[in-house]
Amino acid sequence: MNAGLEHFLTVGALLFGLGVFAVLTRRNAVGLLMGVELILNAANLNFAAFARYVEHGIDGQVLAAFVIVLAAAEAAVALAIVLAMFRNFGTVHVDAVDRLRR
Amino acid sequence: MSENAVLQTALAILLLPIVSYVILFFFGKKLPRRGDWLGTGLLGVAWLLALRIFCHFWSVGDPQLRVHGAWPWLDLGGFRIDAGILVDGMTAVMLVVVTTISFFVHMFSIGYMHGDRRYERYFAFLGFFTFSMLGIVLSSSLFFLYVSWELVGLASYLLIGFFFHKPSAAAANKKAFLTNRVGDFGFFLGILTFFTVCGTLDYFELFAKVHQGAIGGALLTWAGIGLFMGCVGKSAQVPLHIWLPDAMEGPTPVSALIHAATMVAAGVYMVARLLPLFDPGALLVVAYTGAITAFLAATIAVVKTDIKKSLAYSTISQLGYMVMAIGVGGAAYGMFHLTTHAFFKALLFLGAGSVIHSVHSQEMPEMGGLRHKMPITFWTFLIATMAIAGVPLLSGFYSKDAILGAALSFGMLEGHFAPFLLALLAAGFTAFYMFRMVFLTFTGKPRDHHKWEHAHESPWVMAGPLVALAFLSIVSAGWRGPADGWFARFVAPYDMERVVARYGDAPAAQVAAVHETAAAHDVAEASGHGAPETHAAPETHATTDAHATTDAHDAHVEHVHHQAHLIAMFLSIAIAGLGILLSWLTYQKGRISAAAALARFPRVHNVLQNMYYFDEFYAATVYRGVLAWSRASGWFDRVVIDGIVNGCGYLTRFTSWVIGVFDLRGVDGAVNGVAWLMQGAGEGFRRVQTGRVQTYLVFVCFSVVLLIFVFRAL
Repeated sequence: MNAGLEHFLTVGALLFGLGVFAVLTRRNAVGLLMGVELILNAANLNFAAFARYVEHGIDGQVLAAFVIVLAAAEAAVALAIVLAMFRNFGTVHVDAVDRLRR
Repeated sequence: MSENAVLQTALAILLLPIVSYVILFFFGKKLPRRGDWLGTGLLGVAWLLALRIFCHFWSVGDPQLRVHGAWPWLDLGGFRIDAGILVDGMTAVMLVVVTTISFFVHMFSIGYMHGDRRYERYFAFLGFFTFSMLGIVLSSSLFFLYVSWELVGLASYLLIGFFFHKPSAAAANKKAFLTNRVGDFGFFLGILTFFTVCGTLDYFELFAKVHQGAIGGALLTWAGIGLFMGCVGKSAQVPLHIWLPDAMEGPTPVSALIHAATMVAAGVYMVARLLPLFDPGALLVVAYTGAITAFLAATIAVVKTDIKKSLAYSTISQLGYMVMAIGVGGAAYGMFHLTTHAFFKALLFLGAGSVIHSVHSQEMPEMGGLRHKMPITFWTFLIATMAIAGVPLLSGFYSKDAILGAALSFGMLEGHFAPFLLALLAAGFTAFYMFRMVFLTFTGKPRDHHKWEHAHESPWVMAGPLVALAFLSIVSAGWRGPADGWFARFVAPYDMERVVARYGDAPAAQVAAVHETAAAHDVAEASGHGAPETHAAPETHATTDAHATTDAHDAHVEHVHHQAHLIAMFLSIAIAGLGILLSWLTYQKGRISAAAALARFPRVHNVLQNMYYFDEFYAATVYRGVLAWSRASGWFDRVVIDGIVNGCGYLTRFTSWVIGVFDLRGVDGAVNGVAWLMQGAGEGFRRVQTGRVQTYLVFVCFSVVLLIFVFRAL
């Protein structure tokens, strides 16, 4: 059976859903970041799939490559924030860090 | 001395004491010896100037010489008040009396007030007092007379209350001030009446107007009584005499000044000066008031044990004599008595002051036997006592005898014998209580040995004035009665024709005629025609044209006078002798027991000891009336005035309440409502901000799903 666009989109949707779920439910900031990576990669998958099946160009793939770079930068910044957070609060649980609320 | 020189000298006499007052008041503390020499010295200069004026008038010898200077003081077109100075014989005598007594009082005070905390203030007040009195003496219009009159009241207030830390002194000066205010009220009404009717306040213009009949009938009588009320207050006549005994709270030299030369003499002088303004009706009131005062006060003086109080009543009694003398037509005798009385009463008070200074007590029962301790005080006091009691050859005898004679002739001519009888009895009492004072104080055995042993003669600065005044008390006897002595040259009645000719508003022809009669009158006067006697029958004032009948009438009057004076002289010697004898028997020999006599008539004693219940009477009527009136006013104030005020308050409060409610509920409600709304909304939305990223993400997800549905629906 040939893999069609629907399959890629389905996998992408599944990945996105899993990513959102991780972001919403994870208390650990690192887990949360991993969820974000899942969402980004779901988007990348969709870009690549659309580039292959709909447009017949490399625009989608270029965009995907940009997103990967951006994701790396984001991960670097976000992990720095997590480190700083751990240093300041002694925890990486996002629900424990709510000083501004109080 | 030219007229100008006389005026300038008089002005200098008037101003010297006020200069002393101003300097001492402001710089007294910084001057060496606190400035006592300055006040005394300036008064001494004033005294010398007064003597100069006196000598001038003596050497001129014209009883009608009157120097009158007036300067416009207030000029408002139709309304004009002049500041004027009038110097004539009466003024000259008064100037000498006032400055002499004041000078000696100043000198005496140097010793008496030595070491007082407000020493310089005391001398300043003395100067002010003298200035005010000189103002009364020198004024030539009712306006400045009244101003000085009130200044004297103020000065007496300050001096009577000089020891104001004593409650009794503070009460006494208030009493003096308020009592005088009652008299001054009448005085002011009298002045206003004359001013309204005659349109002038100048003495001579008024005399001319009254003489020409510008005012008459009952109005003139009542206006005169109004003026006399001022005298009743100032000269302490019954019924306004109550302030004077209390005025003893002042320093004793001040008592001497008040009683001899200033203040109380002012009333007598005023009536004598304004004699043409009094009609026979008013003069009758004057005569009776004086006689009753003389008698009542003399009887009270008999029972008083405080030496100063006794002297105070003696003064009231003698003032009664003077006032009565004016009332019965012997104004010159009244002035003569004022002069002699000034000397011996000042002497008595200064002598009493010397005694008080020495034994530190005013109660005669605590004295006695001081004669050898204080020989100068004793002898001078004795001279003054003999003078006031009416012992022949001393001044008081002549003046009192002249008054009694005038009163008797008044009775013989007018049928009013009561003044004479009252005055005669008062003369007896006077002799009695004065010698009682001498015996109790100076002779016999000392009753309080402790005080007696500490007694000492006063220093020369105090004893000197005593000797000088004793000398004057004897010498002034030589001045004699006005009819036969040279006192007539000083205190002569006004020559109304001349006054009218100069100040009246008669047509020219009439003035010429008046000049002739005036000349004729002068000739008559020069031929030994008793000038002052024209006063005896006041109705002779009015008859200026009927000279023929007047001459016959005058001859009759002259005869009566001669007779009356002879009778009065013997009677007064007899009754004075009787008084002295009784006093001697009672207090020196002890033949008559004073205590037994008093026990025999307890009711009389009570009445006298309580001073005829005058104070109680005022307490029951005037004070209570005033209090009731105050209460009524208070009630009116509380209920009506306060009601209106409070009503306004309630109204304002109610309006404010309404506005307040609107403000609170309406305006503030809107403001608070907005705030409350904002706060509620904030509270509500605050809950959304959990601070947890995941919550926000959940919202985002739901929102996206919602948006999807929304856009699909579109």
